[in-house]
Amino acid sequence: MLSGQLVRRLFSMASRVCLARGSPGSGTIGPVEATIRTKLEQALNPEVLELRNESGGHAVPAGSETHFRVAVVSSRFEGLSPLQRHRLVHAALAEELAGPVHALAIQARTPAQWRENPQLDVSPPCLGGSKKTRGTP
Amino acid sequence: MSGSLGRAAAALLRWGRGGLWGPGVRAAGSGGGGGGSAEQLDTLVKKDKVVVFLKGTPEQPQCGFSNAVVQILRLHGVSDYAAYNVLDDPQLRQGIKDYSNWPTIPQVYLNGEFVGGCDILLQMHQNGDLVEELKKLGIRSALLDETKDQDSK
Repeated sequence: MLSGQLVRRLFSMASRVCLARGSPGSGTIGPVEATIRTKLEQALNPEVLELRNESGGHAVPAGSETHFRVAVVSSRFEGLSPLQRHRLVHAALAEELAGPVHALAIQARTPAQWRENPQLDVSPPCLGGSKKTRGTP
Repeated sequence: MSGSLGRAAAALLRWGRGGLWGPGVRAAGSGGGGGGSAEQLDTLVKKDKVVVFLKGTPEQPQCGFSNAVVQILRLHGVSDYAAYNVLDDPQLRQGIKDYSNWPTIPQVYLNGEFVGGCDILLQMHQNGDLVEELKKLGIRSALLDETKDQDSK
């Protein structure tokens, strides 16, 4: 049990190092992803910022930047409800959310909360409800 | 008990697509719910104790995040809730985003109050807050009764 947690933690640390260097395994970072990163860094001064383009799992063309998951770890979240934290992230990315970004899963944590479980979760699989596939089960 | 909820959450993270629904779930989106004015939406979210806006229906969610909301409610045995399908109504789809000042679907309302989307509901499920919030609405979470079953699996 304990060793399992350690492994998870080490793995997460390793992946964070990878993220700091660039995009792990998925080739290039697109312009939308780069903008999201910059805007969140400016708005929330995060201690950790993990961003994953999950568009590949959805019914969109290859290379799309429509579905993202982000973990933002910032002391700005201290004392704020989950709703308030998410609203801060939404506000920072208002332009992207009104434009190209179709889905954004958010993990908004304080540094202490992140240390308890420092990992970017996995989103549920797409069920094909995009505008294009609308109506097909 | 929080451990049991944690395990239930872990099971949930496998994101099974269940198909068993209580008779109380009302797919209210087609037809009746039309319109997207703040006033109409205010009435809509306050009409039922638990209201969700989904892509798709509880029986057939069209998005993984909407499905997750449905699955969480199912885990807690919440069968009597109003579900509106925003894919049936573009006005509703935009209107509810404006109403809550929240850019994405799904959206969950408890007792007329916006609580968040999939991420926040999942978080409330994992930390036990959802059980407490449901209790305030007079709804006893099924997880309180099924804790032992969850443990034995």
